[in-house]
Amino acid sequence: MHEFSITQSILSIVLEKADEARASKISKINLVIGDLAGIVDDCVEFYFSFLSKDTAAAGAVLSFHRPQTQLSCRDCGAVFSPTNGNWSCPSCRGPSVDIISGRELYVESIEVE
Amino acid sequence: MSVKVLTIQESILGANEEKAASNRELLNKHGILAVNIMSSPGAGKTSLILQTTGHFQGKARLAVIEGDVASTVDADKVSERGIPVVQINTEGGCHLDANMTSRALDNLPLNEIDLLFIENVGNLICPAEFALGEHKKVMLLSAPEGDDKPYKYPPMFAGVDVVLVNKTDLLPYLEFDMTAFNKAVSGLNPNARIFPVSCKTGEGLEKWFSWLETEMKRGHQ
Repeated sequence: MHEFSITQSILSIVLEKADEARASKISKINLVIGDLAGIVDDCVEFYFSFLSKDTAAAGAVLSFHRPQTQLSCRDCGAVFSPTNGNWSCPSCRGPSVDIISGRELYVESIEVE
Repeated sequence: MSVKVLTIQESILGANEEKAASNRELLNKHGILAVNIMSSPGAGKTSLILQTTGHFQGKARLAVIEGDVASTVDADKVSERGIPVVQINTEGGCHLDANMTSRALDNLPLNEIDLLFIENVGNLICPAEFALGEHKKVMLLSAPEGDDKPYKYPPMFAGVDVVLVNKTDLLPYLEFDMTAFNKAVSGLNPNARIFPVSCKTGEGLEKWFSWLETEMKRGHQ
């Protein structure tokens, strides 16, 4: 739901890195955004297309890697993904879990020219 | 033209987190306990703050940062009590961030505050991701919203120190299973304290007040 500010941050990170590397154009941005981060790809694309206008990132391809939600059972250690909103452990039915994946929100790399 | 890959691995929220850390330093310098209060719209954040300011009158100096998409309705209610308040209107934004909080802190008498409530924008999704510089995160769920919310908004429930279940005066009319709710919250967040309260009748609030008193005495760095 907060794609606008997220897209602003992405742009500011990649422009700074490209500038440091003296690159004139960013052709691709590889993002890692977990399922639980609450981010819709299309929204980021939409904001990116106008926020990046007249910058070195204009026209860059956005690539989204979307790690699935993965939980680890605190009782038996089983690792699983929740299905249909059921967050109980499928092995021991324990309700106590750690979120080990799904909240990622970072810029992995960029391709520059 | 040669293409080069630059590895970055930088958190998209990194700049916000840095700003939040500097807010926290400022709060620590003034010995202020800052509490970020999050909930859905209408769960009772402002009622909770008003009840709490009433309880602490003469015991601790409170201040409030009000975050809303628009309007000063909530800030006006707090201001009527003589409590320092700064209204942030996010103009459509779905959460407060560390920058907005920093600007609000610039407009508060920091030397005259012991406890600062930051009332976030009503939303169970986005505020969970944005640190403000607060020492404690508190969420308020009103019983009419249902006991199934923890698994619908896991990052929110997993990241808070306290969950208050408000509007318990309505429980006789609702199918809210407190045992199932407690189990779901503890499953995601074994350290979360859960306080059922009614901001209308005042029932249960003494545990919340005493938690705040303990946290204020403890001091935060």
